[in-house]
Amino acid sequence: MTNYLTRRLLIAIPSLLGISVILFTILALAPGDPFEELATNPAIPPDVRAHLRASLGLDDPIHERYWSWLTAMLRGEWGYSFVSRIPVDQLILQRLPTTIAVIGLAQIVALCIALPVGVYAATRPYSLFDQVANTLAFIGFSLPTFFTGLLMILLFSIYLDWLPFVFRTDIEATGLNWWWQMLRQTIMPIMVLGLFQGAAWTRYVRSAVLDVIRLDHVTTARAKGLPESRVTILHVVRNAMIPVVTLVALQMPAVFGGAIVTEQIFRIPGIGSLLVTSILSNDTPVIMAVTFVFAILVIFFNLVADILYGWLDPRISYR
Amino acid sequence: MTGQRLLEIQGLKVHFRTDDGWVRAVDGIDIGVDRGETVCIVGESGCGKTVTAKTVLKLIDMPPGKIAAGQVMFEGRDLVPLPSEAMQKIRSKEIGFVFQEPMTSLNPVYTVGHQIAEAVRQHEGLSRRAAMDRAAEMLRLVNIPNPERRVHDYPHQFSGGMRQRVMIGMALSCGPKLLIADEPTTALDVTIQAQILDLLAEMKQRLGMAVLLITHAMGVVAEVAQRVVVMYAGKVVEEAPVGALFATPRHPYTQGLIRSIPRIDRAAISHARLEAIPGTVPSLLNPPVGCRFAARCRHAMPECTAAEPPLREVAPGHKVACILYPEVRS
Repeated sequence: MTNYLTRRLLIAIPSLLGISVILFTILALAPGDPFEELATNPAIPPDVRAHLRASLGLDDPIHERYWSWLTAMLRGEWGYSFVSRIPVDQLILQRLPTTIAVIGLAQIVALCIALPVGVYAATRPYSLFDQVANTLAFIGFSLPTFFTGLLMILLFSIYLDWLPFVFRTDIEATGLNWWWQMLRQTIMPIMVLGLFQGAAWTRYVRSAVLDVIRLDHVTTARAKGLPESRVTILHVVRNAMIPVVTLVALQMPAVFGGAIVTEQIFRIPGIGSLLVTSILSNDTPVIMAVTFVFAILVIFFNLVADILYGWLDPRISYR
Repeated sequence: MTGQRLLEIQGLKVHFRTDDGWVRAVDGIDIGVDRGETVCIVGESGCGKTVTAKTVLKLIDMPPGKIAAGQVMFEGRDLVPLPSEAMQKIRSKEIGFVFQEPMTSLNPVYTVGHQIAEAVRQHEGLSRRAAMDRAAEMLRLVNIPNPERRVHDYPHQFSGGMRQRVMIGMALSCGPKLLIADEPTTALDVTIQAQILDLLAEMKQRLGMAVLLITHAMGVVAEVAQRVVVMYAGKVVEEAPVGALFATPRHPYTQGLIRSIPRIDRAAISHARLEAIPGTVPSLLNPPVGCRFAARCRHAMPECTAAEPPLREVAPGHKVACILYPEVRS
């Protein structure tokens, strides 16, 4: 197992290098100039702008710029934002807790919906419950989060005026009241993301359980005289979890991506909105760092999926 | 055949709902098993023998399946109306079941010891340790080498024959009075088949339980059965002690089954082709009126399709459902 982990982590190094080269090249080729604003500012003469570009190394050939980015990265220096002059790692660390809290809670909501509904529907295929759950899951899965997000804002914030629709980081409250305010402003994004994921996973859990429920070993378990609940949990759901857990782990990075849209709609100061604002202002160091963090997440969750898979399925062994 | 039988299936009808209508998979059968007796149900694919076996423990899927009529009396108690909690106490504890497919009948994510122990703990409330010890004991009983170590192995670490041994050990772990084996050797290769049959015979001798063996192989019947029930298209067509069945098969279907056994002695002399029964099994959606075998029968007469021949005793202990034979009062 330790051998396997070491090997996987070593394999991750060339993949990350490859990803960083591609990202860096694409960003270098992308149109736009971080000092665009300065060009239209009459107070700043063009030669100052040129000097500024040269001092930041923006006029160097691309391979030299990549090399200096890489060596700085290896020293743990993520660079500074062109716009806010704040170190990039600080910017990311500031925003990471919010993103993780929103996404994490949304995933928990999604699992709390998908597991019971999917299993219950699969144990009674084509029943009324199954058909209703299937239809709702299909609807939930088909509606994009930017649409349901706006719909919820319209309903709960504008018509009913129950919830705030702009996320505030400066809540002037303490103790329980602070938590209450936090909950009020995060509940909509959490539900939007959670219901969307939950709908997708419900369908997946249902089909995974249906695949297992017909297998011979389930009849064996029943023939042993186990109560139906134990048969379902220990012999059906346990086995059906193998593909489900793998899928959930593999989808995690994609969920971070999907959260970008949700964060944007609800103005949540998370990683996603950081990425969007930095793209809009051509803030290359931030874009590079955030996309690179997403790349690391993809590789990390792939490894997590493989490890969970082996842990759940004794037929898999790591060598 | 005196006193109360261990298992007495009476007038059992099991129907399955399909898109085309109700399939009458088992259509009114009577089968009895005495204590310590080995009874074989034999017949071709789709004759309802597996459904019969599974219905005893109510392991068929309901729906689409339905026990339309009849009783399954086990030790004088009808299992058909029993609620599922009472049924759970019968399964494994009173009646053990061995399935056809050893490769898929064990759960791949648990060790075989765990899977045997699960049944023991359910029925006897033993501790985890004691149940694992029992599991190892069962593996030893079914001749698996190194049982103390093998209990911690997963099913994929066993061969097909070994897995079937595990299944038999599991089915016997709670000391059932009846063991139902549904084609336990069909999925195995020939040498392993013989070993499994020997194991079943050995277990029966040591533990004294009754065995209801489902098979389509006449060779298996000859080897293990005491009494044989021949099924065709959801009906019992003949029932006899094994000797009588092979010596004087009465029903044309049984005769056909016995003629279709490959025999090396005959093949070598005559170079004749192996005899087969022409035609196929009738649809159980709309079974033909009268004898269901009539369309394939070489002795068929107009009367055969007029009314269904009842199962009648034609010799002591030998019943047949065919109008060729007059009833004999024994």
